[in-house]
Parts: sequence; C-alpha cells; structure tokens
Amino acid sequence: MLESILITIATAATPLLIAAMGELVVERSGVLNLGVEGMMVMGAITGFAVALSTGSPWLGVLAAVVVGAAFSLLFGFLTLTLVTNQVATGLALTLFGLGLSGMLGEGFVGRPGVKMANLDIPVLSDIPFIGRLLFGQDPIFYLSILLTIAVAYFLFSTRAGLKLRAVGDNHASAHAQGINVIAIRYGAVMFGGACAGLAGAYLSLVYTPQWVENMTAGRGWIALALVVFASWRPWRVVAGAYLFGGVTIGQLHAQAQGVGIPSQLLSSLPYLATIAVLVIISRNRRLTLMNTPASLGRPFVPDR
Amino acid sequence: MRLELVRRPRQSALFSVLSPFIALALTLIAGAIMFAFLGKNPVTALYYFFIEPLLEVWSLHELAVKAAPLILIGVGLSICYLSNNWNIGAEGQFIIGAITGSILPILFPEWQNAFVLPLMLLMGMLGGAAYASIPAFLKARFSTNEILTSLMLVYVAQLFLDWLVRGPWRNPEGFNFPESRNFHADAILPEILPASGRAHWGFAFAIIAAVLLWFVLAKTLKGFEVKVIGQSPRAGRFGGFSRARMIMFAFLVSGALAGLAGISEVSGAIGQLRPTISPGYGFTAIIVAFLGRLNPLGIVAAGLVLALSYLGGEAAQISIGVSDKVARAFQGMLLFFVLACDMLIHYRVRLVRSPVRDATAFEGVEKNA
Amino acid sequence: MNTTLDSGRAPLLQARGLTKHFGAVTACDAIDLTIAPGEIHALLGENGAGKSTFVKMLFGALEPSAGSINWQGKRVEIDNPAAARRLGIGMVFQHFSLFDALTAAENILLSLDTDEPPSTVAERAREVSNAYGLPLDPYAHVGDLSVGERQRIEIVRCLLQDPQLIILDEPTSVLTPQEADRLFETLERLRAEGRSILYISHRLEEVKRICDSATVLRQGTVVGHCDPSKETAASLARLMVGDEVEGARRQPKPVEAGRRPLLRVKNLNRPAAHPFAVTLHGIDLTVHENEILGIAGVAGNGQGELFEAISGEATQDQPSVIQLCGTEAGLLDISKRRRLGAAFVPEERLGHAAAPNLPLSLNLLLSRHQTDGSAYIGSAGFIRNSALARAAARICEAMDVRKGAADPAASSLSGGNLQKFVIGRELDRSPSVLVVNQPTWGVDAGAAARIRNALIALARSGSAVLVISQDLDELFEISDAICVMHHGHLSRPVPIEEATFEKIGLLMGGSDASEPGILEETA
Repeated sequence: MLESILITIATAATPLLIAAMGELVVERSGVLNLGVEGMMVMGAITGFAVALSTGSPWLGVLAAVVVGAAFSLLFGFLTLTLVTNQVATGLALTLFGLGLSGMLGEGFVGRPGVKMANLDIPVLSDIPFIGRLLFGQDPIFYLSILLTIAVAYFLFSTRAGLKLRAVGDNHASAHAQGINVIAIRYGAVMFGGACAGLAGAYLSLVYTPQWVENMTAGRGWIALALVVFASWRPWRVVAGAYLFGGVTIGQLHAQAQGVGIPSQLLSSLPYLATIAVLVIISRNRRLTLMNTPASLGRPFVPDR
Repeated sequence: MRLELVRRPRQSALFSVLSPFIALALTLIAGAIMFAFLGKNPVTALYYFFIEPLLEVWSLHELAVKAAPLILIGVGLSICYLSNNWNIGAEGQFIIGAITGSILPILFPEWQNAFVLPLMLLMGMLGGAAYASIPAFLKARFSTNEILTSLMLVYVAQLFLDWLVRGPWRNPEGFNFPESRNFHADAILPEILPASGRAHWGFAFAIIAAVLLWFVLAKTLKGFEVKVIGQSPRAGRFGGFSRARMIMFAFLVSGALAGLAGISEVSGAIGQLRPTISPGYGFTAIIVAFLGRLNPLGIVAAGLVLALSYLGGEAAQISIGVSDKVARAFQGMLLFFVLACDMLIHYRVRLVRSPVRDATAFEGVEKNA
Repeated sequence: MNTTLDSGRAPLLQARGLTKHFGAVTACDAIDLTIAPGEIHALLGENGAGKSTFVKMLFGALEPSAGSINWQGKRVEIDNPAAARRLGIGMVFQHFSLFDALTAAENILLSLDTDEPPSTVAERAREVSNAYGLPLDPYAHVGDLSVGERQRIEIVRCLLQDPQLIILDEPTSVLTPQEADRLFETLERLRAEGRSILYISHRLEEVKRICDSATVLRQGTVVGHCDPSKETAASLARLMVGDEVEGARRQPKPVEAGRRPLLRVKNLNRPAAHPFAVTLHGIDLTVHENEILGIAGVAGNGQGELFEAISGEATQDQPSVIQLCGTEAGLLDISKRRRLGAAFVPEERLGHAAAPNLPLSLNLLLSRHQTDGSAYIGSAGFIRNSALARAAARICEAMDVRKGAADPAASSLSGGNLQKFVIGRELDRSPSVLVVNQPTWGVDAGAAARIRNALIALARSGSAVLVISQDLDELFEISDAICVMHHGHLSRPVPIEEATFEKIGLLMGGSDASEPGILEETA
C-alpha cells in the first residue's frame, strides 16, 4: 500500500521534475520563459493524438518533444532575435498553447488513450517493497533521473556548461569575450521546450491516459516556482518536485478517504503550497541574490 | 545573411500608432491560413468571424457585454504593467469580486431596495482589491514573484467558487443544480437600452474607468509616478516615490476594477453565481492591455476587437462548424504579433547580407575636412 | 626610451584608416596608428574621443566599417576576440568582463581556448600572478574580490596567453596611487621581455612617466603623434582638447566666510543591504556653509552607500544621525530632505539621476515635484507641462546643454550634456546643501570645467557642498578639505593646504588613520 503511494508520488513528481529541469537550464542561461504551461499542454495533446493515431506511445512522446521544441523556437525568435519583452512573450506562448491545444483536442475528449507500458525488469522488480518502485516504473521516470544527472554534469563539469552559466551571469561580458550568447540561449530555450513537451506527453500517456482541456492544470507554473525554490540547482529541483508530488497525491488520497474537508480545499493545497514555498525562499534575500542568474530576463542586443 | 537590430534614437511615433494595426493584419492572415488548414474557406470564415457579428444591433449589444469586463480589467492591468507589476491573477480577482458582490442577494435575499445594487458593486470592488492585495503584500514585503503568486490564487479562487455554488450557496429551490439562487430584481444590473439589446451598465463603467485612468496616467503626477517607477525604479526612488506604495496602489486599483467587472458580469449578464462565470476574461484582458499599448483609450478599442473574437468564435461555430475554441487560438496569435510588431517602435530592422570586410569597397573614403 | 621611427625594427601592429560608424554617428574616422615591439604606446584622448571603440576593433569585439590592420607585417582580419588572442593580442577592459558568480580560475578558463583541465589552469594562473607581482587566489569567487584584485585577474588572464601586445584601457582609474605604482613596475617588466603595451588614458602625468610614444585622438580622428617625454602636460592637454581649457578657478575661502554647519553626519552606521554592498562604519563628517568637502576613494569602498544614506534613499533609525540646515533629518525620506534645502546628484546618470526614456522636462519634475510643487503641479495633481518646458529650457541655456531637439529624451543626450542638465536642475533651486557623487565622470573637459566652476560658485554663495570623487586631480582643484573613504570608514578631513597626493593615496590604500601627521584637527 505504501509502495503504491510512493509510486504514484513518483508519477506525480516526474512531469514537474522534467519541466522544471528544462526551465532551469533556460534560466541559467539568463532567459525567463513563462510559456512552460503552454508548451506542456501542447505536448500533452500532441503526445495523445499521435499515440492514438499510430498506436505507439513512443511516437507520441517523440512528437511531443518536437512540438515543445518548435514552440520554444517561436518564443526564442521573438525574445532573442526580435528582443521582445520576455515576460509578455512567455505569457503569449502560454495563452496561445492553451487555446490551440483546446482547439486541436476537441475531437479527442473522452476517448481512451494509449498508456505507456511500465519497464518491468524481471526478477529485480519482484523484490518486495522497493522492487516495483525502483525497477518497475514507466521508462520516462528513469529518463527523468538520467536527465537530472546529465544536466548537473553538463552545468558544472563541462566547458559548455561553464559558458552557459557565464552567459546567465553577465551576458555583456560573455559577448565581449567572444562567447556566442544568442546561440547558447537558443539552444537552452529549445532544450527547455523539449523538456516541457516531454512532461506534457507524460501527463497524457502515463499519468492519466486521456485528454482533457487544460489538463496541465497549472503544473507548468508550479514547475517555474520549483526552479526558484531550488535556487537553480538540479538536485534541489528533484527534492521540490517530489515534495509537490507528495502534496498532490496526499490531497487526492484525503479526498478519496472522505475526510471531512471539502474536496476543493484539498485540491487547492498544491497551489497554496506553491505560494508558501515561494514566500519562504524569497524572504532570504541573500540566498536569492547569490543564486539568481544575474542577467535573468534582461534583454540583450549585441553591438556589432 | 542576418537580421540586425539598430536602436532608434527616439521611439518611432509612426510605429507607435501603426503597430497594433500591423499586428491585427498579420493575425488575420495567419487566421486565414489556419482556417484553410481546417478545411474551411478562409474568406467566408473570416467574414463569419469578424464581420457578421457587427451587422445586427442586438449583436452589437452582445459585443458590449463581452467588451465591458475586458476593458475594465484591461485598464486596471495597464496601470500594473506600466509600473512593472505583473498582475496575472485578474481572473481570480474577477471571481472573488463576483463572490463578495453577491453576498447581499444570496445571503440576504429578503433585503430588497435601491441600495442593494450600489452596495453590491462596492463590495465587489472591495473583494477584488482585497484579493489582489495578497500578491501585492507578498511582493512588497518579501519580494516574492507576483506573477506566480497571483496566478496560483486564480486556481484557488476557481476552486472556492466551485465549492460555494455546490455547497453552502447552492440554490435551495434549484433542484440540486450547481448554481446559486437567482438574484432578485433589485440586484440585477440594468440594461442601458433594454429595447435593443442586452448591454448592461457594466459597459458604461468600463468607458468611464478608461477615460478616468487615461487622464490620470497622461496628465497627473500620479501617472508620472507610475511610469517612472515602471521604467527606472532607481530613478523613481531618487524622485521620492515609494516602490512598496506603488505595488499596493497598482494591485488594489486593478483588483478593484477586476472585481467590479466580476460583479457586473454576474449581476448584469448572468443573474446568479455558477461554477464558471468567465470564459477567461482575466487572461484575455492581458492581451487587450498589450494590444491597446497599455493606453486606456487604446484598450477600449482593443477590448472591442477581442470581444469581437469571442462573438466570432460562437458565430463561426454555428455557421461553418468550426470549434469556438478557435477564438482562443486567435487571441494567442494576436498577442504574439502585437509583441513582435512593438519591436519596430524601438528598433529598425536591417537585413545584413554579408560581413563588411571588403576594403576595396571603401578605398577612397573621404576624411572629414 | 626608443622612438618608433628610428629603431629600424618592423612595427608590431599597424592600423591604417580604421573607421567605425554606428548608424549616423562616426565614432572612429580613418585612424592610423603604429606600435613597435617592446614599446609602451599611449592612446590619449578625453572621454568620447573614440579610444575604446578603436581598441575594440583591434581586439575583434567590433567590426570595422573600413580600414585595415597589419600584424607583424601581414594584413589580418580580426573577426572575434578569440582570433585576436590567437594572434597574440590581449586586452584588459576598463569595465571588467568578469563573472561574479564564478571563481577566478573559472573566469580565466573561459577566455582560454584550451583543453587543459581546470586544475592545471588554476595553478598556471597562480604562478604567473606571482611571477609578475600581482598575486591572486584562483579559487576565490570574483564577487568577493576588490576592484584591484579583479583587475589582477584580468591581467593574469591576458598574460597566460603569452601576448605580444597588451591593450590596457584606463587601468589606473580604479587603483590607489600605490597600486598604480605596482602596475607600472609590471608594465616595465613586460616591456623588458619585448612585449608591447597600448596604454589608453587621459591621465597625462602617468603617460609622461611610462610611455615611449603617444597617439592623440580627438572626436574620433588622430590629431597628432608625439613623444610624451618631450611634451609638457599642458601641451598634451592642448592636443587632446584643442584649445585652452580653463582649469577650475579655485578661489581661497573669504576670511569672513561663515562657519555654520549645514550638513552634519554623526556616527552613521549602515549594514550592507546585500552581499555585494559595503557596510558603513561610524561615519562622521561636517560640511559648513561656504565650504566644499571632498571625499576621495577608489570605487567600491562605500561611496554609493554613503550617498544613499545622506540623500534619504536609505533612511536611518535615529533622527540625530543626519542634520540638514540644523534640523535632525535621520528619519526623513528624500523628498523631506529636499524640502529642508538639500539637493543630490547621484553617480549614475541614466537610470538613477534621470529616467532615460522621459524628456528633460519630466526629468526636471523628478527631483523637484515636492519642493517646487506649486510651480509645476496644479490642483488634483495636474502637471503643468508648459511651465516645466520653460524651466527646462532655462536650465539648458544656463548650463550650455547641447541637445538635438527642444525637449528630447534624457537618453539621447551625451554623458557630459546630461550631467550638465542634472547638476543644473539642482543648482536652479539654489540649495543650501548639495551632495554630488562623481560630478565629472565620463564628461568632456569643457563640460567638466563648467561643472566644477558651478560647484565652486555655489559654495562661495553660502552653500555647503559635498563632493565624492575618484578623480584626485578634481578634488585637489576644488575642495577646501579632503577625507578618504576606505572599506566603509571615513578618515578625518585633511585641509587642502596640508594635503598631498601621497598622503591621500596612503589613506585610500587603507593605511592606519592614526599615523601622526595625517589627522591634524582642522582649525
């Protein structure tokens, strides 16, 4: 019973983890992309639709990743080449994504989806208690852990990651040193888009294999909050994502048990928790200042 | 070949006026392409979407009904965005304003007289302002990101409304439908011209609010304060303006206007509380604010344009069988184009063909005398 | 010292006709410059002459609009900084391009095009830094280092790539006189190794001291080449500016001048507001009527924090900490302090003293809406635009502000003209107390002289003037006494008759304030 709960917490945490990890890389390069919710929901409908038409959830995942990256490319073109306001453009991306996905998804409401099969490693997944948790989950759960390791390694142990962090710290200096700020940011933004698309596909192919309009229900925004909560450090994102997964699953179980509290109040716990977490983190001004990428959100126009 | 942006020495006045129109034109073109993809004739689709709703008087009234909340909220948002306070939670403030404004007709239905409606409107404004004061306080005191906090509160507000109309405020005479009791006659916001259509006084409030705020922003010291703090916070502090007070001011004003929009919609257009009382007005108003270039008078026009897109969506659904969600896609595209075209106000675009390396091309450059 | 012309060696670098346009503005116009190996070559010119733009083209950070560069006799195209580094050109910027969040070693690693592991780079950096007399700790986070230490990182980073030509852009503007001496030793060592240095400066004494030859720029063109050792500071200045510039006329204080203290700071303590800020400790100062008190100090020792504390942008806990014109003002905000008769001019023009996108008339309102409310603001807060425009025009005329339109945006003015406007805006109020931070930084000589004379005139008319400046020459020109800020502490004032560069330089470097002879009580 506890094992099942832990597994469901993992499935609740995984999309948050993936989306937040992508956005972490984007923000480390100095770009603020508020369009995560829009890219996620587009990933969800794309993954669902393609999986349903082709019968293969993996093709659905691939399509979702491509669509997420394509959407982020649109964002990148506007904010990096045309230097539009990053906050407004990110919002535009979210509104457009929500609207377009609602439109495209109309024909898919209520239809049963294709669920991605779990990785059932023989023998290992039969170990009592931790077997299924560690070895019997869906493949994307494992991907999310690999993603975390890869991002942490990239940022702190490679030269390319050093350049990306430098761009996020001071894009003027980076440019003066000959680092191609725009190219690095395009790369980061598209990586973030791909992650958001993947996270969305996870929702419609693993978490609940169906399509409902606006099925992300604010998870993209929570992922943004997680990046702040984690002070832009990869392993802390994992902690935050699982914390939120825990809150989400906890309140769902409380609703199922028929605890006297109204279900709507329980449903609002993840959102209230997000606010609480943000306040706690931002109270510590020193922490914020030391860790926030200094050029986050600032426009960059190189002089040539 | 690359795109080069050259900053203009002064903002282009020409493009300040032109850019929203260019954006609209581009959206229409993109929309036509979208309709073609969906297998519909683009010209007829655009006609049904944008022209048809303007042809009947009752339809113009519907336009005013839809535009009123967009303009009210949008005008409030312009104060916020101009002062660099990103209030994204107007949808939540709309809902809470609707709830607090409905306290009188729902909890005290027997109390019916001429004071009810003005009190309802006032309570709606206070409720919206109070709800907006939460992200404002958190930003002023703890520097918490107001985008995320105001947005989270939208979900909370929606859930709260859902609980109210299914639970404590459910209509006792209502056969268990999830809705509140119907408002009595004294609690209904009257129509402006009842003979020709449904447009209620909320539209008048919107116009008044727009004119008032335009005046404040353009002509008064307060408007100066808003702009300075938004553009150059350090200069604002140097000028003696308080950042914390401006945060509260901007959020309270926009919260009050959103709350007014909420109670006007409920008491004017709907007549009761339901689980859903807004087709996303709080978010569409963001687009209205930008399309109107954060100028309250421009926002009136932009509100009418976006209201048209709502009507068009409904009309196109009936006449050519396209989903009414097309409207949302249109609105999103419009915002993209508005932002892209706005860039033209600050920068000139140059297509640079090849690096300027050829010395022979520049031999014989004359030195200045 | 050898001159380039008769050494018989092939030149190391030869720039011919180098030009750069930014839209309609020509920053560099057909510049010719030749540097021989083993030479320290000065690039002289005042602010805005085009020096930084020119060297950015040599370093590959900007693309020339026209002209050619020859390196060791061969024509080259320098497309980017990496290419410049490969050729053997290194550059130390005036405004450092360092990353606060990274360590010194990581910063250096970023600019090296090498596959060496980080630990090797760090150790090499340590060795080189010690070898040239500029020791640094490779694992320190740049955000924690002082300005002088940061410059060392920049120089070591440059030296690690074995450059033949090192470009230094105003290196001593951020150093104490003693640190500058150490830098000159390093430069002479480099020259002895056969490397060349392109030394950009507007400080004539330094140039005369260490440079072998000089090229003078004025308004984007070359106006002369010379040997600084054969010129006087005055002749060099004339080349740079073009005509006789009046130095500020510092008149001695009249004997009957009043001694009423108009600005008094008592035991001001201000904890650092954030990790990169400086804590202020026990600051005491008094400025009397008819007096100019100068505060010297290298950037980053708390000047900005002191300014904000006095202006009221950061208020104090106790009313008695700050006294303005006899009234206790510690709890008052900036508007109330202005109403007491004080005026303030901060260091940063665009973004602090003025809002860049607003026209001059509205920027006038920025600092005067509380003090001159009735003149410029009508009932219900209505702004009187015509009254503002008239006042702005009056100020522009009085201070000779050159602008492109009648009421242009602040950002379209050049630095010097905007500074003239900002100071004129405050002088227009005839304030009893004026506090100004870096009055002539980045301002051309003509405007600078005008501003300094205006400050002197204000003081002589009875006001108290507090000038914070990194420019020692300027402070010596206009102050009646000089104190020094170091690490958030303020020394006692040294009357101008007793002040020497050396004394002040020692205080700037943090030498013990209790040393006898430095802190005599003023009469």
